[in-house]
Amino acid sequence: MNAPAQAPAPPPPPVASPPAHQRGEESWSRGDKLGVGLAWAAGIGLCLIAAAIVIFMLVRGFQYLSLSLLTTHPLPSLEQSQSGGFLDPIEGTVILTILGTLIAAPIGVGIAVWLSEYGRPSWLARAVESGVEIVAGTPSIVLAIFGLLVFQQSFFGFLSFTAEGNAVFGRSFFTAGAIMGLIALPLIVGSTREALHSIPAHVREASYALGKDRISTIRRVLLPASRRGIGTGITLGMGRIVGDTAIVVVLLGASLQIQPENGTPVWGLLKGTGSTLTTYVYNNSPAGEGGAPEKAYAAAFVLLIVVIFLNFAVDLIARGKEPGWTR
Amino acid sequence: MNVSGSHNAKPRDRTDQRAEIALGALASAVLLLIAFMIVFVFEKAWPSFAHNGLAWFGPGGNVDEQLANTFNSPANPNDYVYTMHAWPLLYATALITGISVMLATAVSLLSAMFIVEFAPAVMQRVLQPVIRLLAAVPSVVYGLIGILVLVPFVGNEVISGSQKDSVRYVIQLDGSSILVGVLVLTVMITPIMVAITVDALRSVPRHWTEGAAALGVNRWRALRTVGLRAARPAIVAAIVLATARALGEAIMLSMVSGSVGFAPNPLDGTTFFFEPARTLAATIVENAEGLSVKPFGETIYAFAALLLVSSAFLSFAGWAARQSMRKYTLQAR
Repeated sequence: MNAPAQAPAPPPPPVASPPAHQRGEESWSRGDKLGVGLAWAAGIGLCLIAAAIVIFMLVRGFQYLSLSLLTTHPLPSLEQSQSGGFLDPIEGTVILTILGTLIAAPIGVGIAVWLSEYGRPSWLARAVESGVEIVAGTPSIVLAIFGLLVFQQSFFGFLSFTAEGNAVFGRSFFTAGAIMGLIALPLIVGSTREALHSIPAHVREASYALGKDRISTIRRVLLPASRRGIGTGITLGMGRIVGDTAIVVVLLGASLQIQPENGTPVWGLLKGTGSTLTTYVYNNSPAGEGGAPEKAYAAAFVLLIVVIFLNFAVDLIARGKEPGWTR
Repeated sequence: MNVSGSHNAKPRDRTDQRAEIALGALASAVLLLIAFMIVFVFEKAWPSFAHNGLAWFGPGGNVDEQLANTFNSPANPNDYVYTMHAWPLLYATALITGISVMLATAVSLLSAMFIVEFAPAVMQRVLQPVIRLLAAVPSVVYGLIGILVLVPFVGNEVISGSQKDSVRYVIQLDGSSILVGVLVLTVMITPIMVAITVDALRSVPRHWTEGAAALGVNRWRALRTVGLRAARPAIVAAIVLATARALGEAIMLSMVSGSVGFAPNPLDGTTFFFEPARTLAATIVENAEGLSVKPFGETIYAFAALLLVSSAFLSFAGWAARQSMRKYTLQAR
């Protein structure tokens, strides 16, 4: 700072002390200290928020959750004690997660393999890459009503209820599962690509040297070597599916109980409508019509436990040891 | 990389080619899907845009009344009511998304710097699962806590009676407000930004920041001026992802920010933050039941079309921004 020249110049200090960095000290201005203080506050704040959420949900969960809630079917009743538990939503969540994963996993791994191992012509590979990014960035509610538009075409009539006059309902476990697969897809593609990327080139070359072509190298060498990455992607995708509400609201019909179509057992179930834990929470909160906060808390607690469990699974999968030759 | 010579194609090479074509077709299906999505949604949405012209985007009248009129329009296709001035919804979307992304950017940069440079080892070990947990909590759980804890608290304790009286003839203040919406949304989008920024800061070469430190700059300055600058592409990527998430958040906001198509007025001073608003995504999810009514469905698909365009534009803007800072920075993956 250049102070304006004053008439009587102040006497210089007897021995000029060297600048801070020559003394081996760091100089901390007030702004820097404030910045570090804010950084501490942000870090501790995040911990406090997470702790508050977990403790609050634990307390409410133990307060309201009972075994009977987990094992009874929900019933349409305004009376709290008569409206049953959430067995059907739990089943709905399980069915939808399995279905979405079954759809997304092979497609996601296939896309990742093509992008990372073939990727020709390169303009197409770049386009597909940004395509996957766009799918990841599209709001799930938009994907959901796009799905409704597609699956209400009479061409897809075999996937859901059909009313008289050939109006296709478009809402079923199948249709919801397909769109759920779409939101899990980018996660699976991303982590599979990363895993394939981290396999060194000499592994591939060794396989070619043994006379294997590319597809058998992929099948026998590369995919087994990247199974942890694939597993991580699938588990992340499952977390995404379990937690999504908008798609279930639009595409599963959000009926209270699972309503299979009469006929073949499994196919009829998948053609039918239902609900999941997320829509159960939504409908029983003050925002929905149910107005049963205790049950919403209990279901949200179960949902949170599932999500935390999936998080642990990701950790376990990622922590395991890879075979030595992939490094 | 065809290892065996190209002129004597053995049957095995043909399986390889077939596999390449099959996988390539699978990957291209993603592009086809996106093209379908854009065409389908816009085709469905077109009547709503066409009947209103540019006034669709403008203010005028009550959005909720317009939606109700569209929903109750006569069965004869010639009498369909399409009038829609969606400004309050667009404004609410931009407002809530904008404020929370700004807040989340500040919080996430600070906490990423904390994690990388200042946190003691114990805190570092705690913070990683904390970030992961906050990112994994489903939006409906955030919404539930918001509507059952924060909204009543704000409605009963924070908003004063005189504030409620001051806007009594315009809107009722009960606690579901842009304030609660923004706060919860910030908590939801911060973790993903922290994760990306931490990764980027960790991958800044050690000697870059050491070089800064050798010039006598303290740790904070070195990280802020060298680390953050090198990590800019990743920070842009993080902002883009967080904005996309915030734009598309439907369930939590429909629970927490009030289901009224109301445009909060900044001239109301602090009361502004307590006024309700409803975003485009929340409007779609709340009206999903009515999609089968033709003109109403077309109006809802118009909202979806707008969201689709904004999220695609967002990806493009992020890409362009990263291209422009290609030099002198680390490349985001």
